[in-house]
Amino acid sequence: MRVALFITCFNDLLFPDVGKATVAVLRRLGHEVEFPDAQTCCGQMHFNTGYRAACVPLVRRFAETFAGFDAVVTPSASCAAMVRHHHATVAEESGDGALPDAVAAVAPRVRELSEFLVDDLGVVDVGARFPHAVAFHPTCHSLRLLRVGDRPQRLLSSVEGLRLVDLPGADECCGFGGTFAVKNADTSIAMGDDKVDALVATGADVLTSADTSCLMHLGGLLSRRGSPIRVMHLAEILAAGADA
Amino acid sequence: MTEIREFPPPPATSPPHTPAPSFAGTPPFPAAAKAALADGQLRENLGRATATIREKRARAVGEVADWEQLRLAGAAIKDEVLARLPELLDELERNVTAAGGEVHWARDAAEANAIVARLVKAAGADEVVKVKSMVTQEIELNEALAREGIAAWETDLAELIVQLGHDLPSHILVPAIHRNRSEIREIFRREMAAAGRPAPDDLTDEPRALAEAARLHLREKFLRARVAVSGANFAIAETGTVMVVESEGNGRMCLTLPETLITVMGIEKLLPRWQDLEVFLTLLPRSSTAERMNPYTSMWTGVTPGDGPQSFHLVLLDAGRTDTLSDAVGRQALRCIRCSACLNVCPVYERTGGRAYGSPYPGPIGAIITPQLRGIARHPVDKQTASLPYASSLCGACYDVCPVRIDIPEVLVHLRGKVVEHGGLPNEERVMMGSLGWAFGGPRRMAVAERTAAAGGIVVARKGRIGKLPLPGMLGRWFRWRDLPAPARQSFRSWWRKHGDTGTDG
Repeated sequence: MRVALFITCFNDLLFPDVGKATVAVLRRLGHEVEFPDAQTCCGQMHFNTGYRAACVPLVRRFAETFAGFDAVVTPSASCAAMVRHHHATVAEESGDGALPDAVAAVAPRVRELSEFLVDDLGVVDVGARFPHAVAFHPTCHSLRLLRVGDRPQRLLSSVEGLRLVDLPGADECCGFGGTFAVKNADTSIAMGDDKVDALVATGADVLTSADTSCLMHLGGLLSRRGSPIRVMHLAEILAAGADA
Repeated sequence: MTEIREFPPPPATSPPHTPAPSFAGTPPFPAAAKAALADGQLRENLGRATATIREKRARAVGEVADWEQLRLAGAAIKDEVLARLPELLDELERNVTAAGGEVHWARDAAEANAIVARLVKAAGADEVVKVKSMVTQEIELNEALAREGIAAWETDLAELIVQLGHDLPSHILVPAIHRNRSEIREIFRREMAAAGRPAPDDLTDEPRALAEAARLHLREKFLRARVAVSGANFAIAETGTVMVVESEGNGRMCLTLPETLITVMGIEKLLPRWQDLEVFLTLLPRSSTAERMNPYTSMWTGVTPGDGPQSFHLVLLDAGRTDTLSDAVGRQALRCIRCSACLNVCPVYERTGGRAYGSPYPGPIGAIITPQLRGIARHPVDKQTASLPYASSLCGACYDVCPVRIDIPEVLVHLRGKVVEHGGLPNEERVMMGSLGWAFGGPRRMAVAERTAAAGGIVVARKGRIGKLPLPGMLGRWFRWRDLPAPARQSFRSWWRKHGDTGTDG
């Protein structure tokens, strides 16, 4: 099985450790990954903000870059959802007659990390150790676009020493929402503050999720409050103890 | 008629120091939301109300084993209506006319309002009682009638609270959801006397006492009114039957007591067949009030001699609906049956309330209906309208609960595309999106952008985090409340080039 890593522009620039952790988890399970250097961005921010025309070259680049792989693994539910749900729409609208087929060949092979581990590799215990109280934030796109269900929680529950705490109102949006976070900043903060209040009350040491974007928003609020709660991507927890 | 003169004109026009409330002039959503968020009482009232109804709806829906099949059926029937709209409207008109009703066609709000005013005057009346209706709010019928010297009395309890409070509705189903019961008591005590029978002096804020005061206040209006105005939940093309579902029975009073009934209905509210009601009378109450069945279902087919109104007029309204129908993605919004389930699950609505949306249609459905009815797909629109498709984090909770499966996030993003296409966004944002588009043009450009960001990060970051930064515009709105991790000194791609083969930093 030829597996490619789609790091996402966001993680590439701001959270490279999430990419390293993803590679580490997959290697521990015996899977080598390739990193096609031509990759850039899935186009989600442009698409969701209404800049449809700007998405076309990004969708084309994605389809060309990842053609021929059996699976494209990404540590982002939101970017996986963009590719699986919306690249076909962009391709249809583009007027490029070849693009829809190119997208159809690649998009269904894109997997968010927990989907790849649980569904494709059939693994829930990745051999990690992380002795902390962890709250899981199921991001909107992982829940309602990808329908990952409880896959991330099953992975987390199998981590040695990890105590998964219940986060009340977990399936409600944290208020990040891409450019919503700055275009409707006041509402975004009101939603985020409620989420952080609920999180603090759980007594968790760490907040994790399948998207660093939501974690950047919630982590930014926690940091501004001076809270000791750390935010970590799911991959980083699953990679913990990997080299031990 | 002497009896009528005992009562002053409706609150919409008097007293003169309180001008008729209007959504006109609502600022763009971010600013309107900011003002609403500052209202702690509003946040508390809304948070409690929406949490309660969310839970009740989940229970009511959970009882129906084939709910997902019903949603599919609901969407399919409504799509059939939209595909066959001209012939079904003709069929409805034939059947309503054959049963003794009269059908009127209105291209826009002004035409509909003029038709209703003319009909009320022809009936010799200077007041109407109203059944709760969204479409008459959309066309601002009460205000139009007031200009013609006709008083329009809202009889739905929540609409009465809004009208007496010189207020604007904030929810499709529960227009006074932003009010708690002590506020309602104050409104009744302060305002009822000017509109008719006063509230009792010893009125408490017990729900039973408040409801009784409203009953007594409304009863004299029901008994006096000669004309009623309603909307319609559904109209059956094959029979010419029009129907209203409600909880209080006040609608039933309006629909049966007056001599003349005028129903205003958007052209999309049709159903082809009587049998289709088995789907919609399951979907609507459970989604809307979380009831297995709504308490009152009133249906009428034209006029029935000796029973109920002897004169029935059906005003069919377009007002942007055929424009909406011409948009292949946006038209699904016309499936809406106004249940308001999407409002109750929306984390944005829950915090801002409905009035921030600047339209009687608030929440997720309002954010896709209002702009389309105002023509967003066809031409540039004002800033408030253009802000509505962005009034969502695209969390998708609305789509999950919609009984007719309107993919609201899909339509929101589609309409955002229209806003951009018509040049409706600020330059700052266009420049930023353009720069990012350039950077994503290839790995070399990405590397340049990443090095630039990392260098900038080194300047402003402390201990790996960027704290408060007094930046203008969009970036400033991030940093006012949130820190940001410093951009990595080494991006993932440059790390991979050096260490990708071993996977270690060594």
